[in-house]
Amino acid sequence: MYSVNYHRAASVTEAAKLVKSGDAKLLSGGMTLIPAMKTRLAAPSDLVDLSRIKELQGVKVSGKTVTIGAATTHFDVANDEKLRKACPALAHLASLIGDPAVRHKGTIGGSIANNDPAADYPAALLALGATIATNKREISADKFFKGLFETALKDGEIITAVSFTAPAKAAYEKFRNPASRYAIVGVFVAKGKDGVSVAVTGAGDDGVFRSKEIEAALAKSFDAASLDGVKVPAKNLMSDIHASADYRANLIVVMAKRAVAAANA
Amino acid sequence: MGIEGVGARVARKEDKRFITGAGRYVDDMVVPGMKHAAFVRSPHAHAQIKKIDLKKAQGMPGVIGVLTGKELKADGIGNLICGWMIHSKDGSPMKMGAWSPLAVDKVRYVGDAVVVVVAETKGQARDAAEAVDITYKELKAVVDATKALEKGAPQVHAEAENNLIFDWEIGDAKTTDAAIKEAAHVTRMKIVNNRLVPNAMEPRAALGHYDRAEDHYTCWTTSQNPHVARLVMSAFYNVAPENKLRVIAPDVGGGFGSKIYIYPEEIVCLWASKKTGVPVKWVADRTESFLTDAHGRDHVSTVEMAFDKDNRITGLKVDTIANLGAYMSLFSSCVPTYLYATLLSGQYDIPAIHANVRTVYTNTAPVDAYRGAGRPEATYLLERTMEAAARELGVSPAELRRKNFITTFPHQTPVIMNYDAGDYATSLDAAMKTADYAGFAKRKADAAGKGKLRGIGMSCYIEACGIAPSAAVGSLGAGVGLWESAEVRVNAVGTIEVLTGSHSHGQGHETTFAQLVNQRFGVPIDSVSIVHGDTDKVQMGMGTYGSRSGAVGMSAIAKALDKVEAKAKKIAAHLLEADEGDIVIENGEVKVAGTDKSLPWFQVALAAYTAHNLPAGMEPGLKETAFYDPANFTFPAGCYICEVEIDPETGTTEIVQFVAADDFGNIINPMIVEGQVHGGIAQGVGQALLEGAHYDASGQLLTASYMDYTMPRAGDLPSFKVSTSNTPCPSNPLGIKGCGEAGAIGSPPAVINAITDAIGIADITMPATPSTVWAAIRAAKH
Repeated sequence: MYSVNYHRAASVTEAAKLVKSGDAKLLSGGMTLIPAMKTRLAAPSDLVDLSRIKELQGVKVSGKTVTIGAATTHFDVANDEKLRKACPALAHLASLIGDPAVRHKGTIGGSIANNDPAADYPAALLALGATIATNKREISADKFFKGLFETALKDGEIITAVSFTAPAKAAYEKFRNPASRYAIVGVFVAKGKDGVSVAVTGAGDDGVFRSKEIEAALAKSFDAASLDGVKVPAKNLMSDIHASADYRANLIVVMAKRAVAAANA
Repeated sequence: MGIEGVGARVARKEDKRFITGAGRYVDDMVVPGMKHAAFVRSPHAHAQIKKIDLKKAQGMPGVIGVLTGKELKADGIGNLICGWMIHSKDGSPMKMGAWSPLAVDKVRYVGDAVVVVVAETKGQARDAAEAVDITYKELKAVVDATKALEKGAPQVHAEAENNLIFDWEIGDAKTTDAAIKEAAHVTRMKIVNNRLVPNAMEPRAALGHYDRAEDHYTCWTTSQNPHVARLVMSAFYNVAPENKLRVIAPDVGGGFGSKIYIYPEEIVCLWASKKTGVPVKWVADRTESFLTDAHGRDHVSTVEMAFDKDNRITGLKVDTIANLGAYMSLFSSCVPTYLYATLLSGQYDIPAIHANVRTVYTNTAPVDAYRGAGRPEATYLLERTMEAAARELGVSPAELRRKNFITTFPHQTPVIMNYDAGDYATSLDAAMKTADYAGFAKRKADAAGKGKLRGIGMSCYIEACGIAPSAAVGSLGAGVGLWESAEVRVNAVGTIEVLTGSHSHGQGHETTFAQLVNQRFGVPIDSVSIVHGDTDKVQMGMGTYGSRSGAVGMSAIAKALDKVEAKAKKIAAHLLEADEGDIVIENGEVKVAGTDKSLPWFQVALAAYTAHNLPAGMEPGLKETAFYDPANFTFPAGCYICEVEIDPETGTTEIVQFVAADDFGNIINPMIVEGQVHGGIAQGVGQALLEGAHYDASGQLLTASYMDYTMPRAGDLPSFKVSTSNTPCPSNPLGIKGCGEAGAIGSPPAVINAITDAIGIADITMPATPSTVWAAIRAAKH
């Protein structure tokens, strides 16, 4: 790691000011950024740590509306009693991220700002039709995730919270990369008042996406059997040493089936 | 057996310090004035070095020295060598290319060291290493051994035309070909043994200290054999004469073979210490470990196995191409030859065997011995072929094996080895009983009901351990002898130090070696200290690899104990006024048999050192040395059975049962032996299901971190069912065969035989990842 100036911001306003200095980067858990810095692949001059900002912490549930502060750790999301009632699928997803150390440091805001194509949260937020609030504006999930490690965030823009309406039914199933344990394929299915939406992480060569084929099949009947014989095209799916595009296409259907079964259970 | 004697399940003495973080590894070593090294490594798999510009780096903060291969050569430091000479079948010696510890004109794999920077801090060394400006002219690379042999392939070393290092054979081609021609059935396979990265928990490290006042060097290094390191660095690399070079291998966190060899870094740290006038430490980061630790396996073979009409094997013909990487590592040549092809008879009576082995340079990390070293490759080839043959012949895999077992000993195979003892049917029966082999059909049907594919596979392995005797390995090309030394020092109060040339880096020597002493003299193991890993303390030794510490290292200790015992009995006989032949040593007492006359052990020791009343002419003291050169290899063997369930939707394989029935001869500490078997099976399962080093066509290692290289985790493994039987080894005084590698040797074919059985296919490549298994299931359907 190169030497770096570390700042612990006390408020979003302070963080927004600090991030303008030098070649600064926002730090919210650092589960990707710190390893990249350790191997010298990233070299910011300054780090502005958001993880202790009070206004970014915690899960709120009001009626059907769920709001999660950007600096809430995966552990806190996984173990929030209100969320486990309102949207157990998301709490379960958080419990599957990384390992205990990662879950105690990593945050939802950090994860979605990084938009790793194999991260779990983007699938959930896209399928839930979530809104991402920043210190500047509100962005819908389908506009927020823009590709591999790319988001709609402008330089220095800080995510403050994500919010969504709790679905009637939802579930997340992921198939892990045997080495990294990131998702080779992760499928989040949600059934709400606007219908069924299905988002896929780990597989798309342009990041998280919604699967039209699976959504169409499930729109007829939200049942695992509806997906029998459904095929997802391998085009635009990633192919690497761990999984071919064909294999990923197969896994999308298999994981979707299992997610639907879990959502209906 | 006493509570701490031979055969007792004594908890490991060394574990307290390891578990509490109190172990002392090379990176824990600090000497006054110590500075830090960073290596500048090639980012290219194959390139000419056009220009090295050090100016910017030399001016960086904290930089003490920036050194190149040219200076190293000018100081007379030699090239790294392979210490085992193999001749091609045409009689020509192996074609070894030069391996300079710091590359001079050309780099040959990603990670090849080019420049070393010494600086005040690790960070400054790394900063300056980044500032070294090297101009390369990239050359085409070749990573696949078969492709490297093709005409027009990139040439890795000028010395080895078409990248062929040697073309070697063993056995009788004529009788083997005749057997195949006359066979009632021939099973033919192409067998690929995947390349592995060793992944010891502790990365390699070296601390070189040149003492100007004494004109003497000390090297702390992560070595499995510090004496061999000293010998080679002295005799071949001209670092320093042996009397001016001390090598210390303190606690070492795993080796698996990868720490047998002498690498460029320890040589460079010693040389750089003299050059810069400061002690120089280097510790590999994990990326360096992936790139530059000697890899394992990487064979491609074809095999033909001939049977007569009674399903007896009449001949075995093997053709193997072994990838040795960019340079010949220290023992790289013997792994795919004498540690591989000599085991191709397996547990079977095969009248005719012929094997041809070509070794090849490629633009990849050097390949050398890795847990099992040649024997896993032989076992995988043989046991996959046996399984395929049984399926082709429509007979039970167990009965086909049983029919061909060697049952009388000694047995001379057509490929050098003379098996001294074994009972293969007993292991097979034990494994089948434990696995409830007979009940498999029902379990398979039950699994099918749940939508799972269930399969069962077995592997009957043999290995040769305790590589020996010295005269024999010398005649086969070894540059060193393969004996072991020991010194037993009884202190004046009866406590004991055992100095051994074996090196413990996870094997538990501090416990098992002490148990041997306890068995002999009744001294508590806490009063027995094992001293190893320091060339200034232990006179000479050959180190630990090839499961040799028990069979060879402990036999040397036993010999030294014999001498101590004889002298102690003489002293006791004198003190007790008895006949020497009537003296027995039991439970810490030295007694006259059949009387109540006795002396406590410590009193005999004390008498040896006070020397007030010794037999006439006897020298004072109670300390003896022995060298032990075995009469033969040892031949551990066993039967492994693996049962898997595959989820056809995802291709995920779950090992639902794993049974190991081993014959290791006599056992000192069953708990430690079981630990060795567990670890070995985990590595074997790793090879079969998870691990595989992948280079892209340009020679970049794609699996250079744990993000992409899959190590086995606890969740990948079932609770193993292990058992042992015992045909004592007649070739050493303790009857020990060795157990360190068996698990890694026997398990991969059992796993793959189970997977291919479950899917109903002939073959699948390792590692059988979910993706690979899913593709195989899909291909089988079409």
